[in-house]
Amino acid sequence: MSDRIPILRIGDILVVSVQFDLEDQTVLNLQEDLADQIVAKSAQGVIIDISALEIVDSFVGRMLATVAAISRVLDARTVVVGMRPAVAITLVELGLSLGGVSTALDLEKGLAKLSRSTSTGPR
Amino acid sequence: MVKRDNAVDLVGLLSVEGQDLAASWVGEVTGSLGGRVGAAELNRELRELYEALVEALRKGATDVHSEHMSEVRAHLTELSRNRARQGFSPSETAVSVFALKRVLEPVLEKGTADEIRAYLRLARILDSLGLFTIETYTQTRDELITAQAEQLLELSTPVVRLWDGVIAVPLVGTLDSARTQVVMEKLLQALVDTGSEQAIIDITGVPAVDTQVAQHLLKTIVAARLMGAECTVSGISPQIAQTIVALGIEFDGIVTKASLADALKLALRRSGVDLVAHTGAQR
Repeated sequence: MSDRIPILRIGDILVVSVQFDLEDQTVLNLQEDLADQIVAKSAQGVIIDISALEIVDSFVGRMLATVAAISRVLDARTVVVGMRPAVAITLVELGLSLGGVSTALDLEKGLAKLSRSTSTGPR
Repeated sequence: MVKRDNAVDLVGLLSVEGQDLAASWVGEVTGSLGGRVGAAELNRELRELYEALVEALRKGATDVHSEHMSEVRAHLTELSRNRARQGFSPSETAVSVFALKRVLEPVLEKGTADEIRAYLRLARILDSLGLFTIETYTQTRDELITAQAEQLLELSTPVVRLWDGVIAVPLVGTLDSARTQVVMEKLLQALVDTGSEQAIIDITGVPAVDTQVAQHLLKTIVAARLMGAECTVSGISPQIAQTIVALGIEFDGIVTKASLADALKLALRRSGVDLVAHTGAQR
């Protein structure tokens, strides 16, 4: 049984905070849980905080893009926040530019970005 | 036993005239360096070296790498390091050692067969000492060059804060992969440290843009975007604009501005700052 990452709800926004380096199975679980939660809570936005993540591989990079695509299908916007410089450089070197994913410097700016795009915003 | 005799011969050769020999050595070297090293300093350096050399030979040293020569090597290292820093050429450095041979030359005319043999042996040792100075000299030069290159890398990539949430990197000089890497890391770290959402890369000081430089710029901008910041490239001169088009480089999805002022205006607008001119302000 591998670890599951908690998904928190603030208003109609789901917050996922990744606190440790990800294994492939954890990533797949997260993808599944997130899809379930978006539907269950009818969320408008998803924030993935990866400020604690120090190492990424192409699998995690693709996960971010996949999660964003899944949320878009379920009509929720995804913002990836708190990416470290080293992680950003690694992803660029891997050729993953995450075209469809919105990004923000930290959680606060990510929330602001979401509330600007959705009319309701967090309550 | 034979070795012991050799040592005595060599020491004898250097000690015949005692202090006078060291003095004439200093005289020779002073002439060759053209007064660019202080007389007192040169005198001290060479006398220390001379004494260390006599001591090493007395202990039976025959080779520059032998144990007894360690003090000689230390003196030589210091001497060639100083010369390298002061900007002397390698030959000017080595001549300090070779001059001792010239000082001893009278032995060849007046000396006995044993003395001449001793001179030749000493000449061989001095040759290797001279080569040692050149090696140390180049090593010091290499270290200097490496240190300077690093300094240049540090100096040439400042990240400046233009406004709350707006930072800029004025790039000066040619961009290669090593520099781009430093620029990228510094810029991204500055984004985190200052919490800026707008970054401006100013390439006014970049003399030429080719496909590789463009590639490097694109990488930096994509990395900044991944972290949640928007990048603007400014300072594109008319010539560079023509080159970019001629090379078919695509700056897809990247905002480019002709001047830093334009880029700053855009960055301020994006971060929600309005610039209002005072009515009636006179300048």
